Amino acid sequence: MTDNFTTLFNTYSWERTKQSIYEKTSQDVERALGNSKRTLEDFKALISPAAAPYLEQMAQLSRMATLKRFGKVMQLYVPLYLSNECNNICTYCGFSLDNKVRRKTLSPLEIMQEVAVLKEMGYDHVLLVTGEANHTVHTEYFKGILELLRPHFALISMEVQPLDTEDYEVLIPLGLNTVLVYQETYHREDYKKHHPKGKKSNFEYRLETPDRLGKAGVHKMGLGVLIGLEDWRTDSFFTALHLGYLEKKYWQTKYSLSFPRLRPFSGGLEPKVEMSDRELVQLICAYRLLNEEVELSISTRESVVFRDHVIGLGITSMSAGSKTNPGGYAVEPESLEQFEISDERTPGEIKDMLKEKGYETVWKDWDRLLQ
Amino acid sequence: MLTIADKVFNSRLFTGTGKFSSAEIMEQALLASGSELVTVALKRVDLKDQEDDILSRLNYPQFNLLPNTSGVRNAKEAVFAAQMAREALETNWIKLEIHPDPKYLMPDPIETLKATEELAKLGFIVLPYIHADPVLCKHLESAGTAAVMPLGSPIGSNKGLKTIDFLEIIISQSNVPVIVDAGIGAPSDAAKAMEIGADAVLVNTAIAVSRDPVKMAEAFKIAVTAGRMAFEAKLGSINSYAVSSSPLTSFLDD
Repeated sequence: MTDNFTTLFNTYSWERTKQSIYEKTSQDVERALGNSKRTLEDFKALISPAAAPYLEQMAQLSRMATLKRFGKVMQLYVPLYLSNECNNICTYCGFSLDNKVRRKTLSPLEIMQEVAVLKEMGYDHVLLVTGEANHTVHTEYFKGILELLRPHFALISMEVQPLDTEDYEVLIPLGLNTVLVYQETYHREDYKKHHPKGKKSNFEYRLETPDRLGKAGVHKMGLGVLIGLEDWRTDSFFTALHLGYLEKKYWQTKYSLSFPRLRPFSGGLEPKVEMSDRELVQLICAYRLLNEEVELSISTRESVVFRDHVIGLGITSMSAGSKTNPGGYAVEPESLEQFEISDERTPGEIKDMLKEKGYETVWKDWDRLLQ
Repeated sequence: MLTIADKVFNSRLFTGTGKFSSAEIMEQALLASGSELVTVALKRVDLKDQEDDILSRLNYPQFNLLPNTSGVRNAKEAVFAAQMAREALETNWIKLEIHPDPKYLMPDPIETLKATEELAKLGFIVLPYIHADPVLCKHLESAGTAAVMPLGSPIGSNKGLKTIDFLEIIISQSNVPVIVDAGIGAPSDAAKAMEIGADAVLVNTAIAVSRDPVKMAEAFKIAVTAGRMAFEAKLGSINSYAVSSSPLTSFLDD
């Protein structure tokens, strides 16, 4: 067994992988659709241009598989931005070091003001988000935050800078359940271009973060790429490869996937590659047809119309009422956001919409006493 | 009538509370099922909240609550969760679910046996979810289990009784009630489980995810009753050939 994903990853070439996806034919797609257990080669066919005419069929199969596994329910979660301090330069991010915004890290008192709003909305699951500022927002800081928040939430997730295994081992017993760490892109050279400065520019440290999380025994981890940086089909193949590797190796961990499309922020990057709504539906269905158990998550980056329609196609969790600036719920609602959100409906409105579509909103799917 | 520990059940259909499109539909479906034992995932309910969406819908005298430990990964976590559930829900019944594998939700036989031993000593009525493993069932009996709950096929798969050969062995040698749990996808699967002599079945996904959960719950109720009646009435044996002549032994009559 290889010690980490890099070893496996290095046996693949981006260009050859890309080419093999684009060479898939309608016969490959039909074979993939007919299989009951699907391989990574089937997945390539399902995300290839050749699968476009089969989208409705993919959607039907994806819907059935999702209903069977997850039922007529949708989990809701909400991000809580703790800090926008960041020492990284990332070309696509509003919190990038070279972006002239006022920096803020919430104090415990301010955090509790924000929490009061989230609890009022009905939330019991929270996703903590920060930039990467290792001198102020570090493991000791996170320990304090978990102790502060644990009594108030059934499930706590984090989307923060990658940490070492020992850090995760400290945080998990304090109530850290889920960690999201997106590779942004698996294209090694382009990754360097988009992350020219800061700790994040270390491609391999980021690539091996899920291994460190798995070794630390995290309950759930979320993977994904930022769609728009590179060819989304190739990046999604590597996401699926990563997922398959992790599932086999860290079999006690649950997995979720996200597929954020690059959104505008002030002075930000234009997507190199545009992904249409039709293509995003294709990707969602392809992920579901490859893996019936993985959670698929969609954020408020996406539009109202799009979110309302993809609910029944494979998505199992969504955010609602999100603010992407520290203090956005109560403390400083007008401060600069990390990215613009598109669906601005309240959690209550999302709950009503889900009910109308025959879905129960799940606010709580974990309990402190299980961890 | 089925007796498990100190309770007598008229219905042999046990039900789950997950995956329904609304709490109202869940309530109606469970009422239609005639079920008297209803499992509740601890992770889904707020034990401190009297108004909890799921718990408040189960407030009927016929529903006995069976909290389950879904989410725990080992015996230690399971025992802790069971104790919290006993305190909050005032029942010493526990459905022991230890599946450290969140993908296929396969029950861990080693940790389940450990936890059953410990919980039985602590006075719990333990109903463990397990593989259709006849030897494990005998170990669980010795550990003080109140029943065994072997799976028919992977949980939530609707694939039916893929483990039927092992279920038959378990049923034939069990001294505690056998409840077929997981994988029952259609009323015919439930009827089949009852025909081979299972004491009860537990159904969730097939009811919750159907187009009309209330009607499907009633269909399961009828199927379980029919299957049980067939078991009691004794089925005729199945022959794959006609038995009117005896070509091999008729010479004995000559």
